[in-house]
Amino acid sequence: MTTPLRVGIIVFPGSNCDRDCFHAVTEGLGASAEFVWHKADRLPPLDGVILPGGFSYGDYLRTGAIARFSPVMAAVARFAGDGGLVLGICNGFQILLEAGLLPGAMLRNRSLAFICRDAHVRVENPATPFTGRCRPGQVLTLPIAHAEGNYYCDPATLAALTAGNRVIFRYCTPEGAVTPASNPNGSLDHIAGIANEAGNVLGMMPHPERSAETLLGNEDGKLILLSMLDALREKQRAVAIS
Amino acid sequence: MKARVSITYKRGILDPQGQAVLHALGSLGYTGVKEVRVGKLIELDLATHDRPGAEAEVKAMCERLLANTIIEEYRFELIE
Repeated sequence: MTTPLRVGIIVFPGSNCDRDCFHAVTEGLGASAEFVWHKADRLPPLDGVILPGGFSYGDYLRTGAIARFSPVMAAVARFAGDGGLVLGICNGFQILLEAGLLPGAMLRNRSLAFICRDAHVRVENPATPFTGRCRPGQVLTLPIAHAEGNYYCDPATLAALTAGNRVIFRYCTPEGAVTPASNPNGSLDHIAGIANEAGNVLGMMPHPERSAETLLGNEDGKLILLSMLDALREKQRAVAIS
Repeated sequence: MKARVSITYKRGILDPQGQAVLHALGSLGYTGVKEVRVGKLIELDLATHDRPGAEAEVKAMCERLLANTIIEEYRFELIE
């Protein structure tokens, strides 16, 4: 008998995908979830953490710049440091960058426009806790909705990301070709999602939680959330045996 | 004492806003502009009158919060 997985969804003032994440993880996928307010200085017992999308602190100064100093982020950093799985989606990705849990930074989209549409991303590394259900090179259609998704890092960081297979998703055509026209926001090397060195923290601009059920017309995002839950269950089993 | 902090993208990083303004200026006939960088101006009203102390503190504020030094550079002046 397995105990239900507990996923913590961090809520900042201005988060607006928190309930979508909650719904996708609970009703969609049968895990249990709880909201964790940004003022919490410790996390309840959790198996995994999601930093949802939104406009934390109104995106003032820079996206994620103020949220990263919320008390809960020190707890999230400890959780990640202990090997816990952390998924940052959109603004959650931006917060992870500002917090230094992932390398690099976000620039304004090349077009200066807020882009809200479906994008195609290629799974560059299926051997991560967030992509275990994907095939190598699989093209996923996922919605994006952001004004600052133009990922940037210095050449040494990019080389380290590439060498470590830490670029997890790249924007591509529906057929999976990485072309200039398939890059919606000007992101460096077409990067749509990256992982940390240990592989337990993933940041991605597209929204898997908005594409995780047939009712929404797209289930591709489910692969990512299910992969994360698979990995968490695996970990739970390993702990139970040991 | 006041501190006036200005923050722009670093050289070599494409500034999409600067590019848009550059094109707009060009279309108005100002063709002599070679580059435009759009940044932020942050004014701080400080309680202290200790200049070296203020200098160190504003620098720390820039490094920790006001600027993201991966992509941005900052300058500031202290005004009595």
